[in-house]
Amino acid sequence: MDNIIKVGMADMQVARHPAMLTTLGLGSCVGIALFDRTTGIVGLAHCMLPDSSQSKNVTNIAKFVDTALEALVERMVGLGANRGKIIAKLAGGAQMFNFSQSTDLMRIGFRNVTAAKQKLEQLKIPLVSEDTGGNYGRTIVLDSATGILQVKTIGYGVKEI
Amino acid sequence: MSMNFESFNNFEIDVLREIGNIGAGNAATALAKMLNKKVDMEIPKVKIMEFKEVNEMLGGAEQPVVGIFLKMTGDLTGSILLILESGAARTLVDILMGKNDCDNKCTFDEIEMSALKELGNILAGSYISSLSTLTGLNIMPSVPDIAVDMAGAIISVPAIEFGKLGDSVLYIETAFIQGDTRVLGDFFLVPDMDSYEVLLRALGVIN
Repeated sequence: MDNIIKVGMADMQVARHPAMLTTLGLGSCVGIALFDRTTGIVGLAHCMLPDSSQSKNVTNIAKFVDTALEALVERMVGLGANRGKIIAKLAGGAQMFNFSQSTDLMRIGFRNVTAAKQKLEQLKIPLVSEDTGGNYGRTIVLDSATGILQVKTIGYGVKEI
Repeated sequence: MSMNFESFNNFEIDVLREIGNIGAGNAATALAKMLNKKVDMEIPKVKIMEFKEVNEMLGGAEQPVVGIFLKMTGDLTGSILLILESGAARTLVDILMGKNDCDNKCTFDEIEMSALKELGNILAGSYISSLSTLTGLNIMPSVPDIAVDMAGAIISVPAIEFGKLGDSVLYIETAFIQGDTRVLGDFFLVPDMDSYEVLLRALGVIN
């Protein structure tokens, strides 16, 4: 298990088999996992905000769902991935704190997930599974051998999607 | 108005440290009253951290922590988040509830959660009231909400707000000392975008 590459907050990485990609403690951020079974090339992004066009400061493209997803696909293709074979899995987008008034801050997790789905559809990448929403954090590990995304939580168990 | 913490000058950092100092001082006094014990504090540190380093703070992104979150309304709007390492929160709850069985559990039952919420309410409330006194602004805290979860997941809440402005988070680290116990708490003060100017203007940092 020494082949695990960590993806930080507002960060993205691509890798090829037999590497694993992981990101720790996803809260309202969304984790976008891409996998091309034909080449064993994987990509993982940990995005904080849904839309780069709403921000004046776009120095880090991995921070936004739209720009990160585009760049992630390009990098995977750059490594030799087959664009038409890429599939996607999503995790995260939780609402960590509950408040009666649902301001933008409170709904950000949901908006991140929605933005990711829209962008995937636009890029014609099928979304095969997701573990999103709720009010708890997640750590995810993407296995380049199988495309299995393992989701670990505190108090909500471990699952594979 | 765009805000870039990396370009803050020493004066602005000093102002923020002073807010942290007074806020934490009040919080320590409130904590001492609540615990009925002498509570000391260390000089708070103002920390500015890039997102990619955030995972390393508080002993790692997967480390269970207690987050207590309040909204601010009034002249200044935004939110405030207090993070306590779960071991530290355990210690505080045990002192508060007169327990001695420190078995280092990182889960809390309903009464303990309620005690923690009250603790957070008092700490964040005294923090907000000192900010209010210092700036002359009318700031009202909401009822707090609490979450016990991975550090990374909890920090993502203020980090996302900071993310709208730049690529780093700013927080104030405070250490409370009670007897032999040192409890680390991190305060994230997150004014809404429009409130930064209000805050810095009220503090005389900008004209």
